[in-house]
Amino acid sequence: MSTVAEAAAARAAASAGPEPVTFAKALTTAMADAMRADDGVIVFGEDVAKLGGVFRITDGLMAEFGEQRCFDTPLAESGIVGMALGMAMNGMRPIVEMQFDAFAYPAFEQIASHVAKMHNRTRGRVKLPMVIRVPYAGGIGGVEHHCDSSEAYYAHTPGLKVFTPSSVADAYRLLREAIASDDPVVFMEPKKLYWSKEAVDLAALREEVEAKAGQKAEGRAAVVRPGTDATLIAYGPAIPPALAAAEAAAEEGRSVEVVDLRTIVPFDDETVSASVRKTGRVVVVAEAQGFASVASEIVARVQERCFHSLAAPVRRVTGFDIPFPPPKLEHWYLPSADRILDALDDLQWED
Amino acid sequence: MTIPAEAQEAVKRFGISIEDYMLPVHGQIQILSEDGTILPEDQRGSTPGHQYPVPSDKELLEAYRRLVIGRRVNDQNSALVRQGRLAVYPSSHGQEACQVAAALCLRDGDWMFPTYRDAVAVMTRGVDPVEAMTLFRGDWHGGYDPHEHHVGIQSTPLTTQLLHAVGVAHAAKLRGEDTVVLAMCGDGATSEGDFHEALNFAAVFHLPVVFFVQNNQYAISVPLAHQTVAPSLAHKAVGYGMAGERVDGNDVVALLAVLDRAVSLARAGSGPLLVEANTYRMQAHTNADDATRYRNEAEVQAWAAKDPLHRMRHYLTSTGHLTDDVETAFAGDAEEIAQHLRDGLSVEPQLDPQDLFRHVFTEPTPQLREQSAFLADELSREEPSQKEH
Repeated sequence: MSTVAEAAAARAAASAGPEPVTFAKALTTAMADAMRADDGVIVFGEDVAKLGGVFRITDGLMAEFGEQRCFDTPLAESGIVGMALGMAMNGMRPIVEMQFDAFAYPAFEQIASHVAKMHNRTRGRVKLPMVIRVPYAGGIGGVEHHCDSSEAYYAHTPGLKVFTPSSVADAYRLLREAIASDDPVVFMEPKKLYWSKEAVDLAALREEVEAKAGQKAEGRAAVVRPGTDATLIAYGPAIPPALAAAEAAAEEGRSVEVVDLRTIVPFDDETVSASVRKTGRVVVVAEAQGFASVASEIVARVQERCFHSLAAPVRRVTGFDIPFPPPKLEHWYLPSADRILDALDDLQWED
Repeated sequence: MTIPAEAQEAVKRFGISIEDYMLPVHGQIQILSEDGTILPEDQRGSTPGHQYPVPSDKELLEAYRRLVIGRRVNDQNSALVRQGRLAVYPSSHGQEACQVAAALCLRDGDWMFPTYRDAVAVMTRGVDPVEAMTLFRGDWHGGYDPHEHHVGIQSTPLTTQLLHAVGVAHAAKLRGEDTVVLAMCGDGATSEGDFHEALNFAAVFHLPVVFFVQNNQYAISVPLAHQTVAPSLAHKAVGYGMAGERVDGNDVVALLAVLDRAVSLARAGSGPLLVEANTYRMQAHTNADDATRYRNEAEVQAWAAKDPLHRMRHYLTSTGHLTDDVETAFAGDAEEIAQHLRDGLSVEPQLDPQDLFRHVFTEPTPQLREQSAFLADELSREEPSQKEH
């Protein structure tokens, strides 16, 4: 134990690097920076102003930018999204917060029928630069209607971009990109990661994003752990168990690569296929129920593109096809490192 | 609760309650009788706080010209459906007074958010008639640039556009612009949840939106009595803390009077208002509908007697503003637009299959580029065999 702590301390001292920052803080900072850079960026939703949101992601925005630019609305999700559409049509860049995944469903008609289609219907004459933030997925002991993985509904709807960060740096980078995008973005925030911390220099990230220096994250999956024997493809809340499984597999002598999609739409076939062609063995990991899901789509794409590189059928570790379970039962549902390791073991290694 | 300045003034001046100000009149505001005479002030249905000045004769003559054009456009488009030039046309025949007044009450910088039945209002606002018909011809899901004339795209889901109107008004208000947004819907749409959300948002944020409900008595086949048991649709306004008014929807004089005042109040910062126009859809819902299955001829004939064009023609003729020459000139204007529609819609639209992929996002995703190449390849292989046929 002491060696680990010493090593960590040594690393920190050596770099005199950045302080640990939470995922939540990265999101808040991304919005604040975007609001400072562009008066058209506004934030609204339920409880986002004085309270700072039920997860405190908008904390401090009203204090800094005033009630004109960060405000509470009446409690009506369709109203929030429909009004945001009109504001985006008329020169603003609204960011709206849906309080929880399943509470966004009343807004689904506005999202699927209007937000997603307006650009196409008007042949690009009406652009909708708006972000719909959705705290999603489980792992926090949430009661009913608070833990849905609803990304497939949005990803299935042409005209919507769907981003879902899994790291602190990506939380900042992807949210800045979502706000800057002229296309509407559904921004899925894995709520169990809100309190995760990493040493990230947000000021440096800000400079990089505002100077447009780095490569865009949109449409580019990241190899978050390199490996040679098998690939885990995951996104959002499934990244931590995937990384834990890869770590455990390494102890058993198996080198497992982990690919984080970062954006479901646009989808990065190139990075995914390159990893699969290299390793020849794949497990797709997602917290959402598996039937007709984003995980299904990934498997289909992998087998269409990489069939001849595969040494075993592509396996999935996903949620069961059940309504998201109650808090005391969710641990049986959530993809765990053990379940992922079992799936890895099944990839016909003896051949 | 904030009471709009206009309401405070009416309350003080007429000694009425704030509820009296917000509630619509009993009956409806009507200025032009069904036989085409201007009613005396005490017979217009108005009460203290609900008085409306008669628009100028010049304004009324122009409104009549627009009515003549609107009627011609409706009949021309219905004919084009029968000739196979349009896939479908939801006609506003009989509702032209509402269509014309909705467009004429707005300034250039204002916005209009129409429904699918409001093509005449869209054209009256300045949108090219052929572009307005693209949706119904079926070569794209919308034909005009909403930013060009500040007209939202016509949509077939009910009421969703009211929230877009609220958002446009909200953005304008935040920037300190004096834009007014006219948000249009029908009687059936008032049952939808977005109607409630839009009115409430507009009221809570005190936005310059005029909600204009054309109550044409039917939602396809379902009569108003099956939508609501409220005393009127205008009564719904008071529940949101805004004023509602009921007006004869076949009386373009009353419509202009009421909408002009609503727009100027909204522009002056009074917050949103709701205007319900009582009118009638003289034809079936669309060409695909059979109205005889749910309403009788006597009812239709009773409304035919209230026709908005006949009333105005009688009034303007009797006052000497409408001579035979002027009438002929107006008919010529209408025929010119009908000809433009016939010409524009008789040209086969140039369809580009690659348009399918072009506008889904600002830039096509790699997947859309692949699919676009797939279709191009498929079509290139089909062409030789098609040429043989």
